[in-house]
Amino acid sequence: MNIIVCVKQIPDPANPGALDGNNALKRDGKLILDESDSYGVEMALQLVDAAGGGEVNLVSMAPNSETAGLRTALAMGAAKAVLVSDPALQGSDALTTAKILAAAVQRLGGADLIIAATESSDGYTGTVPEQMAEVLGLPSVTFAKKVAIEGGVLKADRQTEEGYDEVTCPLPALISVTAGVVEPRYPSFKGIMAAKSKPVEEVKASDLGVTPVGWDGAGQKITSVTQAEARAAGEVIEDDGEAFGKIVTFLEGLKVI
Amino acid sequence: MAINNIWVFAQVSNGAPTSASLELVTKARSLGGSIGVWVAGDGAAVAGVLGEYGATKVYGVDYGSNLAGAAVASAMKSVIDGGDSPDLVMFPQSYEGRDVMSRLSVKLDRTVLTNNIEIVASGDSVTVTTPIFGGNTLVATTFTGGAPYLAAFRPKSFAPEASGGAAAAVQAVSVPDLGATGTAKVTAVHVEETTGPKLDEADIVVSGGRGLGESVKYEMVEQLAKILKGAPGASRAIVDAGWVPYSYQVGQTGKVVKPSVYIAAGISGATQHMVGMKGSKNIIAINKDKEAPIFGIADLGIVGDVHKVLPKLIEALEGR
Repeated sequence: MNIIVCVKQIPDPANPGALDGNNALKRDGKLILDESDSYGVEMALQLVDAAGGGEVNLVSMAPNSETAGLRTALAMGAAKAVLVSDPALQGSDALTTAKILAAAVQRLGGADLIIAATESSDGYTGTVPEQMAEVLGLPSVTFAKKVAIEGGVLKADRQTEEGYDEVTCPLPALISVTAGVVEPRYPSFKGIMAAKSKPVEEVKASDLGVTPVGWDGAGQKITSVTQAEARAAGEVIEDDGEAFGKIVTFLEGLKVI
Repeated sequence: MAINNIWVFAQVSNGAPTSASLELVTKARSLGGSIGVWVAGDGAAVAGVLGEYGATKVYGVDYGSNLAGAAVASAMKSVIDGGDSPDLVMFPQSYEGRDVMSRLSVKLDRTVLTNNIEIVASGDSVTVTTPIFGGNTLVATTFTGGAPYLAAFRPKSFAPEASGGAAAAVQAVSVPDLGATGTAKVTAVHVEETTGPKLDEADIVVSGGRGLGESVKYEMVEQLAKILKGAPGASRAIVDAGWVPYSYQVGQTGKVVKPSVYIAAGISGATQHMVGMKGSKNIIAINKDKEAPIFGIADLGIVGDVHKVLPKLIEALEGR
């Protein structure tokens, strides 16, 4: 069982985001593994364990040859990674990103299963996994909240508006997993040390044969960036043991109780 | 070319188009031209209500046990290849909507812009607006590739208003051979019973966050929501921690709510959460940290321990 996990390396969400001169999200500082992707990495490791053998590999697209987030996933137990890092990719839209990651998957020789998060924690476009499936001609199960592989067939519970669907899907396939689907492990010290020497192949868009990319390939152009109307803060009080009464009064004023 | 032919993908839930879908049909009306609405399932069953909101045609896709994404996108592509091509396709930011638009995006080699809250058409140019950084910043983006333009919208971006139109014409569209992409099959459907109002439709929402400390304390949130006849919600942090299902999540990646009253208990107010609830009419926040960003948008902020404030509040309200 070989699994490829798509991982994004993002600016630390604890810091306020900012736009650069091209109105793209600033990514010049240290990047970290998107927490949303840690669930996919963990799930991949568990599925490979359950299958009794195989590898978990990674694909990522990031500027400045960034590998900090990849190293975290490698420290968790992934074997190797393909990193697509290329200044030409700046400004790429989601469709181009999907084509690039799909080509990176193929560079690794494909896999039985490809796992992604439902959306990244910085861009939130939320289309790349399903776009990748279409580019690769694979079946997909998106928004999977429970996943198992039995007899070479994927069985997943897929989140729906009303509840969930049980879905079966032959391999190879692509799934996107919701946060909380498994409990991601913390990398061990041994894992962190081992990750330093695990192979990360860095490639350019041209190595993957994907053109056009970046601003040129994007079917979109940012035309304005404005500040939204701010919502004013109201009354803030310290609880003296009786603050619940304030809430009751507030709700009474709104006639909702 | 102006925007003459608009398609809307409508999510049907419990036999009726969702409110988010009717919002898009309403908005499409204001952009002009004919409106074709796509549904995964029987078009005839919803042609009446969709016509009332302005749909001129309903395309129904009988997708059997396939997942809607691959099936509906392929059906759309076959109709486009047949010469009936839209200038714009609008999708709700729903599970099915996201799958369909992603697959269609690749089939048409057109980008898709998601998470929008506004759309403006001027001549043949279409510009959509998406909020970023917790809704503090609005980014307007214009499509530069050729039509069809593909855009997805967050729920509650527009007000749904019926126009009193006649029932829409119905066209059944069969699903082309999906090859490998059609091998994922739904084997069972589970409808989760929820008592009380739905999270994104409730007039009162009570959400809990990491400040609750442990998962069992979420019961306080559910209890308060029940007393107020509202719906319980959650921050991403406790969904990620597995305390409550993904469907409870309020925020950028979860539900967008605009209730009359939003009570945030033990939620600090990460930008990802705020973008999903800052449209609430009234916001009450309870949090230990007086520096928490949530207080910056709360109408009433209580700096205190949710474990002390919530039980007293529940007791006071239960006695009424």
